[in-house]
Amino acid sequence: MEYSEIMVRYGELSTKGKNKKDFIKQLGQNTRKALHQFDGIEVKAQHDRLHVTLNGADSTAVMDRLKGVFGIENFSPSVKVEKDIAAIKATALAMVQEIFTPGMTFKINTRRQDKQFEYDTNHLNDLLGGYILENVPGIQVKMKQPDLTLRVEVRLNGVFLSGQTIQGAGGLPVGTGGKAVMMLSGGIDSPVAAYYGMRRGVKLDMVHFFSPPYTSEQALAKAKELTARLAGYSGSIQFIQVPFTKIQETIKEKVPEGYLMTIQRRLMLRLAAAVAERRHAKGIFNGESLGQVASQTLESMAAINDVTSMPILRPLLSMDKTEIIKVAENIDTYDLSILPYEDCCTIFTPPAPKTHPDLEKSRKYEKYIDVDGLMQEALDGMIITDIHPDDNYLNQNEDVFAELL
Amino acid sequence: MIYFDNSATTKAAPAVVDTYAKVSERYWGNPSSLHNFGEQAFNLLEQSRQQIADLLGVSLSEILFTSGGTEGDNWAIKGTAIAKREFGNHLITTEVEHPAVHNSMEQLKQLGFEVTYLPVDENGRVSASDLRSAIRPTTILVSTMAVNNEIGAVQPLAEIADVMRDFPKIHWHIDAVQGIGKGLHDLIFNDRVDFITFSGHKFHAPRGIGFMYKRQGRTIAPLMTGGGQERDLRSGTENLPAIAAMAKALRLLLDDEAAKVQRQQEVRLTILNHIKTFSHVTIFSKDLPVFAPHILCFAIESVRGETIVHAFEEHGIYISTTSACSSKKHVESSTLQAMKIDDGIATSAVRVSLDEHNTLAEAEQFNQVFDELYRGFAKLR
Repeated sequence: MEYSEIMVRYGELSTKGKNKKDFIKQLGQNTRKALHQFDGIEVKAQHDRLHVTLNGADSTAVMDRLKGVFGIENFSPSVKVEKDIAAIKATALAMVQEIFTPGMTFKINTRRQDKQFEYDTNHLNDLLGGYILENVPGIQVKMKQPDLTLRVEVRLNGVFLSGQTIQGAGGLPVGTGGKAVMMLSGGIDSPVAAYYGMRRGVKLDMVHFFSPPYTSEQALAKAKELTARLAGYSGSIQFIQVPFTKIQETIKEKVPEGYLMTIQRRLMLRLAAAVAERRHAKGIFNGESLGQVASQTLESMAAINDVTSMPILRPLLSMDKTEIIKVAENIDTYDLSILPYEDCCTIFTPPAPKTHPDLEKSRKYEKYIDVDGLMQEALDGMIITDIHPDDNYLNQNEDVFAELL
Repeated sequence: MIYFDNSATTKAAPAVVDTYAKVSERYWGNPSSLHNFGEQAFNLLEQSRQQIADLLGVSLSEILFTSGGTEGDNWAIKGTAIAKREFGNHLITTEVEHPAVHNSMEQLKQLGFEVTYLPVDENGRVSASDLRSAIRPTTILVSTMAVNNEIGAVQPLAEIADVMRDFPKIHWHIDAVQGIGKGLHDLIFNDRVDFITFSGHKFHAPRGIGFMYKRQGRTIAPLMTGGGQERDLRSGTENLPAIAAMAKALRLLLDDEAAKVQRQQEVRLTILNHIKTFSHVTIFSKDLPVFAPHILCFAIESVRGETIVHAFEEHGIYISTTSACSSKKHVESSTLQAMKIDDGIATSAVRVSLDEHNTLAEAEQFNQVFDELYRGFAKLR
């Protein structure tokens, strides 16, 4: 079926009182960004619905993109017909026939905006319902939970019919929840945490610690590639790589082995907080899940969290690893995350890190190194990359290979 | 030359050979090497895998490379037997499988597993109700082919899937070596199947390469243990030139598949409708939707299959006795035997097998040669 528009219904934001306007505006922007590759498409964000007029664009591809936009509760591809009862009947029948399987139940749900139209809501329901009953043998009417609800909207500019409702990503439009930095390592957890953060409307800048030659260019490329996947949910993401080699080497040299990891994490958090402040971000997201590894015990979190008063948000805090993996698979980051490159967390890991580090000792050992000087140097060396959904970092030869394949 | 033996093997497509050569020359690093030369090879490997997964509508992690159909069949069967032996020792397959399946089953029988062979009807097809009654609490695997290599019968996979849905723990393997690119995608990639095996050289890729689809979450033991390639399931340095070539061959094969299937069916029916008018001809691959579009098996009474093959060969037409694997062993077809076809007629069976490049003109020429040979064979009766 050739659809003329996609009608998008808002999720939670319908209930957000005076902020509603901003939410709708942001969702309109995000939707436009997500659909920028399609020519001729029009996005109109109105107070109750958002309409994507296709003007001939491929509806399946457009709907695939819409599924990744936060703030959309659900959407329906619809066909526009003239305000002519014969045309409405014919399209309604064709739509039902396309989906019909024996034993199916249906109902017609009409909304009439154009009160001048010659048939009222009940009359239209009757007319169309009767017509479909006559022409689709075996179909039955059911008012409560039918298999198929055919929606008919009589608007000023035409009549819109739709037979399917497709679930959207839910959540809130990215950008309506302020800005934060995300500590992105490249493992399984942090991309999932980023996904949850963005789903609550937060715009995230990715902070990634880079320790050449202990970590490879490939590990950096992998983190960027993960960011590109996540950018599918927000349009684009700023990726900030912070050089961490010198800090790690200094810590390794000066700090007792049991506290290497704790002090290293404190420095990472200090840097993330400094980046956040510079960029007017209001919080720090990470992928920690309570008890998962040594640095993620409550004592460790206390000893590390000590360096900043900025809110640290941990969307995965109470999730099991298996649940996290499931989400990672669903959001298409899992395959990338398990690529076997050393990242800055796996290297310099002492054989027996303290799972219950002492806060006072942590503060004391940190003083063995020149925190301010090292941080300044790292911040001076940071590099910012603007990453878009289709960017390719891991496989630079993709186009060359595509020729071969 | 008219090549009508595509179920034995196919000609590697020039574009595929080109890919093979270029990959051998340029990306010969080991995909497991950490340096960026190895990394490039790794990326090409995964891009090939992705392309195959996309073409088949499955996910990247569900495609595993093998050396071909025989390895895939051996792996699905023995790998399941090893992985699931604590849950049972009973395996089910059909009487018309390729030797790669049949002999794997027989080998497991020697090791103490029990095997049930499902009988087939006059079209070489099993019945779903026979399958249902063969299933025991100890059954761990059902292995059924998609398209029979000798007569082209398509097994009732939709009905089998219905049965298998009631037994979600039993592994279901489909040998689809003869089924790819023949308009059977939805039947083979149904929502219940766990393992599907494919061979590259049956669709214009080089020899020595194939792949297996493994449903996400299903476990199988590796048969090749070693360096941990293919997600630790099939060790051995990846045959990258052949893998890339196969990804290309699959793309070419599935491009405009419906039209190609239609053409093969037309070629097949042109021959079938001609030879069926002769009184001493028996046709095993009937003009029914349960037969694949590319295989035609028939017999000419009292002429040995081998004689027919050589007679056609003299006219530059290459066909085969019922399957290349058994054709040199002087055994009559196991499929025809399972169909309870009389030995006398089974030894006279030959197979015409098509690819998407065969033409109606070739079919007409075949028919002309057939007429001439048929007249000559009269003196043998």
